[in-house]
Amino acid sequence: MTDPLRPSDHADSTSDDVTQPRLGVVGWLRWGWRQLTSMRTALVLLLLLAIAAVPGSLVPQRSADPNGVTQYFTDNPDLAPVLDKLSLFDVYTSPWFSAIYLLLFISLIGCVLPRTKHHWKALRSQPPRTPARLSRLDDHRSRTIAVDADADADAVAAAAVESAAVQLRKSGYRVARYDGRGTFSVSAERGYLRETGNLLFHGALVGVLIAVGVGGGFTYTGQRVLVEGQAFANSLLDYSSFNPGRFVSGDTLTPYSMTLDQFDVTYVPPGQPGSGQAGDFVAHVTTQAPGGDPQDGEVRVNHPLDVQGDRVYLLGNGYAPTVTIRDAQGNEVFHDSVAFLPQDANMTSLGVIKVADGLPEQLGLLGFFYPTMDVLPSGALTSTYGALEYPTLTLRVYEGDLGIDDGTPRSVYTLDPSGMTQIAGGDSGNPAIQLMPGQTEDLPNGLGTITFENEAPAGAVGYEGSVKRFASLSIHRDLAGPWVLSFALLALLGLLAALFVPRRRMWVKATPQGDSVLIEYAGLARGEDPTLAAAVDQLAAKHGGSLPEASGSAVAGGAGAAPARAAASDSADAGGAGAASARAADSASAETGGAAAADPDPASADAGGAGAAPALAADSASADGTASTTPPQSHPDTGKVD
Amino acid sequence: MPGTDPLLLDEISLLLVWTAVAIYVLAFIAYAIDLARRSDLALKAKDEVVARELVTAGGGGVISAGGGSSASTPAAKPRYLWARLGTVLTALGFVFHLVATVLRGIAAERVPWSNMYEFAMTGLLLIIAVYLAVLTRYDLRFLGSLMTGLAVLLLGGATLAFHVEVVPLADPLKSVWLVVHVFVASLATALFALAFGLSVVQLIQTRRERKLAEAPVDAAPKRSFLRTVPNADALESLAYRFAIVGFIFWTFTLIAGSIWANDAWGRFWGFDTKEVWTFVIWVLYAGYIHARATRGWRGTRSAWLSIIGFTAVLFNFTIVNVFFKGLHAYSGLTT
Ligand code: HEM
Repeated sequence: MTDPLRPSDHADSTSDDVTQPRLGVVGWLRWGWRQLTSMRTALVLLLLLAIAAVPGSLVPQRSADPNGVTQYFTDNPDLAPVLDKLSLFDVYTSPWFSAIYLLLFISLIGCVLPRTKHHWKALRSQPPRTPARLSRLDDHRSRTIAVDADADADAVAAAAVESAAVQLRKSGYRVARYDGRGTFSVSAERGYLRETGNLLFHGALVGVLIAVGVGGGFTYTGQRVLVEGQAFANSLLDYSSFNPGRFVSGDTLTPYSMTLDQFDVTYVPPGQPGSGQAGDFVAHVTTQAPGGDPQDGEVRVNHPLDVQGDRVYLLGNGYAPTVTIRDAQGNEVFHDSVAFLPQDANMTSLGVIKVADGLPEQLGLLGFFYPTMDVLPSGALTSTYGALEYPTLTLRVYEGDLGIDDGTPRSVYTLDPSGMTQIAGGDSGNPAIQLMPGQTEDLPNGLGTITFENEAPAGAVGYEGSVKRFASLSIHRDLAGPWVLSFALLALLGLLAALFVPRRRMWVKATPQGDSVLIEYAGLARGEDPTLAAAVDQLAAKHGGSLPEASGSAVAGGAGAAPARAAASDSADAGGAGAASARAADSASAETGGAAAADPDPASADAGGAGAAPALAADSASADGTASTTPPQSHPDTGKVD
Repeated sequence: MPGTDPLLLDEISLLLVWTAVAIYVLAFIAYAIDLARRSDLALKAKDEVVARELVTAGGGGVISAGGGSSASTPAAKPRYLWARLGTVLTALGFVFHLVATVLRGIAAERVPWSNMYEFAMTGLLLIIAVYLAVLTRYDLRFLGSLMTGLAVLLLGGATLAFHVEVVPLADPLKSVWLVVHVFVASLATALFALAFGLSVVQLIQTRRERKLAEAPVDAAPKRSFLRTVPNADALESLAYRFAIVGFIFWTFTLIAGSIWANDAWGRFWGFDTKEVWTFVIWVLYAGYIHARATRGWRGTRSAWLSIIGFTAVLFNFTIVNVFFKGLHAYSGLTT
């Protein structure tokens, strides 16, 4: 038996599906295992997996869209907790989703292991015996060759079979000779690669899963915001957020430093299609490993930078206005470039400045930055363009306790004004502070002054370069990636082989019959094989050419692909795949001297039927493997094809 | 292209798209008439066969030469004139469609598949291309009305709803993977579409075959275009063949998409909505392929899976692109 091993409920399987469990624990266990590793279970689990994946696209997921989840809780305060209980915000790590794919993979392993063992054996065994009656097979051709009176029919038959064996071996078949009982035959099989591919595919899927699961533990990602001119060292302390895999500790980070020299972006000018759209983001950085020379690098969208095995990605960017605050005596109490988070496509940005020391009370400033400020009819300010055409910074000022001294971590991007008094902007009685680069204003209540620094180099025209930019970088070390990719590519390769390599058996049998030898060719598909008929035709034709007495021979085909169904539906011009399952009656007899008529049914004119080589007008099977659905009639005295 | 105005090019392209849609409408009508007339032709042809077999019984004439022995009957083999017309029109529409797509690409100075309108344009171009290419090997003209219908509905609909001016590409789209990933996905979609059509006809054919099997032997045959269509088995194995090629392309799409995602977003997989749906479709077709190999699932049930699979493909392209929130926000439609 060299057939691939299949679960008992496989469509090609001959074993009985319903096996009653034998009594006893072992019997039940075995039965349960059989169920788990059956085709039907695999199918049901696959479909369940597809269905189970859907909710994760309907409800925001914590992993992909944490803000969306928060928003969902705000919008649906009653529903959200219920969904949360059902893990619907973490579908892909939920117990039920995990259960489905784990069961699927257990089933997969349980299915693949015995098949691998079986296939391993099959790879080293011989093709099976030649069946006694080849004419019973779907694809069968025969020809009779005359033997000269002084020649030995047995020798002719043996030679014919040997030449067929050579021919088959050359076309990649594994062959075995089976002679005896007055016949000579060769049995050939090819397409073991199909099963190899199938096993490779399924095995590689397990590989993908393991690579994702294990490799994820060795992966880390960290985020960091860098303002132009700022540097960063690759250590835990220097990240603004860090997500390590299970097996990553802080001291496994490769030491290096990175400085953001410049961040560039271009805008589509007004009046052109897509005007205002930003693009070509580039972060120019200098990196340096300990003891190494500084190196220039670029981080772009789609083009992460490789640094010492880490990959640096560009996540976002924005403006970082530089602000200086002095107390009433003119002493500097704050000087920094503060990253403002963009709120819209025209870079209206929001930021917070916190002055913890140096003034009588702590100061919090809530700022809006507009690179190209304009006033809406309502009087509100807005930005109409992302580049620095008319940069304006407005600030509301709060005085009091910033709440940063009690140890609770606070985001640098938010200001909690409860417990503070607003002293500029809003209802405070003082107008909000409004500045352009280079300008200085007084703080309310004589607290001091605030300056919006102009960072443009001396002599610059306009506001270009007057405000620094920041880049938000994401730094990754991903050990899983290459493995996952390799396994995925292996799976693809395996899939190609599993789906497109035909697995088939071929037999050539020669039977001496007095002064002639009957030569039969037959093929049998193992699994989906739409080109079998053509392959048998080809084998017969090519072999015929190599026969010494080919002149007097003729071939008739029994490739009847004419099941009752086809006849019933008059299926005519479809050229539809030659129903490989159809068992043809032994039609077109081998003795027929002439060729069988092609296509008695005129309706099937389009089928490309009768495509076989003239010398071998098989009664159906066309060259491309499609079979016309003609009933297997032969017309001995019509249509002699020359 | 210096000297040519992209706006003008796009306008010409748009005009050609509408011409293509109009021609597809005509092709659809021709194919529909063909289907309506087919059973008649087939019946007549059958009578003709009977008549001619009587004639040729004693003679040695080659059958195909025997046509027209009687002047009063139509040509012996049903010549699906309307189907032929449908195919010619489809090919003509395809030419306009192709030129429109190429012009759009020239106007944009990049591949014409980077927003919803362009996806639809290129995707349907490929569907029609694959259909026409397959016609040279298999006579699948009975799917013509379905294919042209799909083209009219989706191309017309996309042009109405999704047409946007040519604007520069957003940064994340500037990648070779845009060229490869989206193109292969569209190709897979085209193959799935054909498999879908065949599966639909297979289901109808199965029903008819069942009825025929149950009907008394001497019952008058019902008129139906299905008489001229391959039997359910043949339809199924043909659908399977298109689906597996589509599946290979889809698998590649999935892998290429992950590589791109890793470059653009720093992770190869993140269960973004579009990723989820690509995965769901992949699993559905894996299920379909399995079903074909599972006893009790071959035939009607696996055909349903092919239909569900393609529905998911369409859903992914339309609803998910427009209404679902995610990183793949490239519909080009501003909200
Ligand atoms: C992760 C889950 C699985 C996926 C995505 C999957 C996918 C596929 C695909 C795409 C094929 C077609 C390629 C080929 O014929 O080699 C296939 C075939 C096959 N699979 Fe799976 N499979 C999965 C799990 C399983 C399990 C659990 C079993 C065991 C019951 C199984 C048994 C088979 C068999 C026997 C075939 C050959 C079908 C044939 O003869 O045509 N698969 N699978």
